[in-house]
Amino acid sequence: MIPAAFDYYRPKDMGGVIALLQEHGDDARVMAGGHSLIPMMKLRMAEIAHLIDLQDVAGLDGITVEGGRITLGAMVTQHQIIDSAALLAAAPILREAALQIADPQVRYMGTVGGNVANGDPGNDMPGLMQCLDATFTLVGPDGSREVAARSFYHAAYMTDRDDSEVLTSVSFAAPRGGYAYEKQKRKIGDYATAAAAVQIEKNGDVCASASIAMTNLSDTPVWSKAASAALVGTTVDDAAIAAAVAAMQADIEPVEDNRGPAAFKRHAAATVLTRAIRRAWDRA
Amino acid sequence: MPKKMHIELTVNGKSHEFLAEPRELLIHTLRERLNLTGPHIGCETSHCGACTVIVNGKSVKSCTMFVAQANGADLTTIEGLGTPDAPHVLQTAFREHHGLQCGFCTPGMITRASKLLEENPNPTEEEIRFGMAGNLCRCTGYQNIVKSILAAASELNAAKEAAE
Repeated sequence: MIPAAFDYYRPKDMGGVIALLQEHGDDARVMAGGHSLIPMMKLRMAEIAHLIDLQDVAGLDGITVEGGRITLGAMVTQHQIIDSAALLAAAPILREAALQIADPQVRYMGTVGGNVANGDPGNDMPGLMQCLDATFTLVGPDGSREVAARSFYHAAYMTDRDDSEVLTSVSFAAPRGGYAYEKQKRKIGDYATAAAAVQIEKNGDVCASASIAMTNLSDTPVWSKAASAALVGTTVDDAAIAAAVAAMQADIEPVEDNRGPAAFKRHAAATVLTRAIRRAWDRA
Repeated sequence: MPKKMHIELTVNGKSHEFLAEPRELLIHTLRERLNLTGPHIGCETSHCGACTVIVNGKSVKSCTMFVAQANGADLTTIEGLGTPDAPHVLQTAFREHHGLQCGFCTPGMITRASKLLEENPNPTEEEIRFGMAGNLCRCTGYQNIVKSILAAASELNAAKEAAE
């Protein structure tokens, strides 16, 4: 499995990356950890004439927790997320999700930026970032701009990012309350059959706020406003959870593939969301 | 002809310099160019872990890394961990506890396990199973692989205590 030939670049700063993207247009692609792109290149489903490796670009691998805001550079790996005591304290849902991505070797290479920017509906970080209402920073020839995770995904592999832009960081307010990332997969290393990201805040016995996002159940991640709203003001009893699950079902559009028929995916979606809500509520 | 790159690698403490196409996969560099045939090609799709090596302190599936990405890196393969005359503690433990049958997955298993024990010298059985989840074995059923790694951990810790 030998990929088509390409020219390889390892620029040291974002200016160099943008210049290459402008020079080569559609023929160029940036690569973070490469664990989605390289398999596609080996299968020759992707032919990249100019491959721009981001590993030496300065300033992309930081984790900062400051003033209640968390920022992850695009090149932060899943392994770094799992290892970060600061992140575990500030946003433990990230570690819970990262531990369910791929396998140990892949997590040393796989990055948060690659995971969210690729637009693969099977990736876990996009749904998680929608749950957290994260903002993505994109840098292009005209400077940088910010896009909400909840409006970044248009269709499978189609995102708001222009070909001449690079996603450089994700940031979000430190979440409050209980959390859970629940993923059903066929085996280690597989993408989700269904996964749910849930954050819940409790006020006394009542749910004060909730955020629910689902993974691999449509051609984009799905942040379900209605499912989130179904929990607010309730004691998150069985009836409230059933209402949230029903609302979620109206927002997803699973299709049959090698992970099962659509009806099975709806069943798995209901199961993972029910579990995630219960666990998040217990932790709230 | 595609443009070749000047590549420098340090593998098991030895420096290598050569010209290669950037698309050359690291596993092919190791096996065919440097004659290090310990890392194996199993699935070639980053699932099985038979090609696992250590690149700048990370366990990496070398079928999913271009040699261009590894340019300048420090690598360790199974050949750098032990020799037939002076095997690594993990190699001895795998032999003693029947941690292999056909042996195809073993170089990847041991290379990965060495990194796991470096990061977590006292793993539980569950932590070993989770930490080894990127390596597949089709013979042993994993039980004896886990036993071997637990035994190697005890051995390494005893040696460390004795040295202190």
